[in-house]
Amino acid sequence: MNEKEMLNDLHYENMIDEESVCTTENIVYEKPHSLIDTEMHYCPGCGHGVAHRLLAEVIDEMGIQSETIGVAPVGCSVFAYNYIDVDMTEAAHGRASAAATGIKRVLPDKYVFSYQGDGDLAAIGTGETIHTCNRGENILIIFVNNGIYGMTGGQMAPTTLPGMKSTTSPFGRDVETMGNPLKITELVAALPGTYFVTRQSVHKAVNVRRAKKAIQKGFEYQKLNKGTCFIEIVSNCPSNWKMTPVESNKWLDSNMLPFYPLGDIKTPNKKER
Amino acid sequence: MKDLKLMKGNEALAEAAIRAGADAYFGYPITPQSEVLEYLSREANNRTGMVVLQAESEVASINMVYGAAGTGKKVWTSSSSPGISLMQEGISYIACAELPCLIVNVNRGGPGLGTIQPAQSDYFQSVKGGGHGDYRLIVLAPSTVQEMSDFVKLSFDLAFKYRNPIMILTDGALGQMMEKVEFFEQEEREFKDLGWTTIGKPKDRDHNVITSLHIKPDQMELINIQLQKKYREIEENEIRFETIMCDDADYIITAYGLVARICTKAAELAREKGIKVGVFRPITLFPFPYNEIAKYSDQVKGFLDVEMSAGQMVEDVRLAVNGKNPVKFYGRMGGIVPTPEEILEDLEKKIERGDL
Repeated sequence: MNEKEMLNDLHYENMIDEESVCTTENIVYEKPHSLIDTEMHYCPGCGHGVAHRLLAEVIDEMGIQSETIGVAPVGCSVFAYNYIDVDMTEAAHGRASAAATGIKRVLPDKYVFSYQGDGDLAAIGTGETIHTCNRGENILIIFVNNGIYGMTGGQMAPTTLPGMKSTTSPFGRDVETMGNPLKITELVAALPGTYFVTRQSVHKAVNVRRAKKAIQKGFEYQKLNKGTCFIEIVSNCPSNWKMTPVESNKWLDSNMLPFYPLGDIKTPNKKER
Repeated sequence: MKDLKLMKGNEALAEAAIRAGADAYFGYPITPQSEVLEYLSREANNRTGMVVLQAESEVASINMVYGAAGTGKKVWTSSSSPGISLMQEGISYIACAELPCLIVNVNRGGPGLGTIQPAQSDYFQSVKGGGHGDYRLIVLAPSTVQEMSDFVKLSFDLAFKYRNPIMILTDGALGQMMEKVEFFEQEEREFKDLGWTTIGKPKDRDHNVITSLHIKPDQMELINIQLQKKYREIEENEIRFETIMCDDADYIITAYGLVARICTKAAELAREKGIKVGVFRPITLFPFPYNEIAKYSDQVKGFLDVEMSAGQMVEDVRLAVNGKNPVKFYGRMGGIVPTPEEILEDLEKKIERGDL
């Protein structure tokens, strides 16, 4: 027996007995009940998976699965209804907040959320977004901003950074001819109908925890009929940014966040709290 | 005691929806149908609790309808031609997702911004598709203010029977004119769990999804086959039409909506002159009464189709008659309503020329 074979034997001798360890008593982390146990179509490293999980965790923890109705957009998260185990409607491109308005108006006691990307919410759906927020519809809008059209293959989005390359801004976004990125979150915060507006990310553990807290607040305020809650999640797009997941998170840190700074933009005043 | 009221067509639509127990209306003002939203804003919520919301656009309205219809509530919207054009994407989604709802088009003259006067130039859009993809609406064409009311109730019944969007295709004249109308009794608003709706998932069922996305072609073809099967069933069961003085007619005028009434007067004038004219009025434009029109082709010498358009329904009349008789057309466009006299004059001219 040579050295390699000896090491191999040792390895197997010391192997943990799976059956004795993998028991329900030992579980410290599991799939949320409201997240469907299936393969996701998202690219490796994409923030959508984490954002979905957070939503499902909050729904579980608040015990509102049977009272929640979601609206999926057109974009990368078009199949959100395949993953989040609540009743869901898939809306036309940009119209998720209008569809959510329709649902909430006829079922005012239910929790209603829309989950939308930047192209959906801040380009084609800008009108619906602003008017839904301005009416103060009692819904939660989750806005995932990765600065690019992911699903169609990396075209320029309303939120693409100045100078940032995409397939339709191959030399970088020239704000003189292509316009400036739209900070729609700051824009809706200025409307009287919004109650809680915040910008979060899910690229680091600490941010994941903060984002989850924000989603929880969004649902809690909805229960109190306080108006529209709007949570932007600045996210990455490794595939279309053409980076590894780790590189994309670093790039997000050093490029996206200086332009889209994290934190609460509009919070309820202390009295209301 | 009869519940008779003197009312505009647009108001009759709104009153009928309240009485039919509609749960929600989402709309945007546009002439000549703004009275619908105005009437509902005054009357609906305090009488039955119906949700009435003025949206920011017709695009938003129809997508609010889409969301709300997915809960199984009775929801509807109304608009006029340019606004209905804006809704077409949403209507296509609603048709594919098989959601029950009512859409009313108070047709005005086009194309473009056009005119606010009545027209029937949205027949193709209503009957042949309008939005993208192979889908059909059940299209009802009222010819009186009474039918404006009756067809709202009928629309909701059909919408839920077939899980299909219904369109009432009317025009600016019927919307604006006042006639007496006898209303049906107020119905209770009731909420049923229809099983497929997005109302919150109880523990013992899988989550419901309302979608028109079926990315695999074999799946999407199945959805299409299912839709087509439903449309054939609708064609089998739901054809509605009216015949006026057709039994002994030598000539039949085909017309729908208000124009059918004008043509009835033209037929009466013709009969005074000894020309035996009848009127065939399709009430459902989809499903279209092809066979019912065809039955007259052995009896008559020809058909005259009259519309407030450049000639749209006439194509379906020709399909029905299938070359057995001449099918001629008379139309006015751009918001002009034809008179009985000019219709008769055109008919006489065509007979004299040997066209009919």
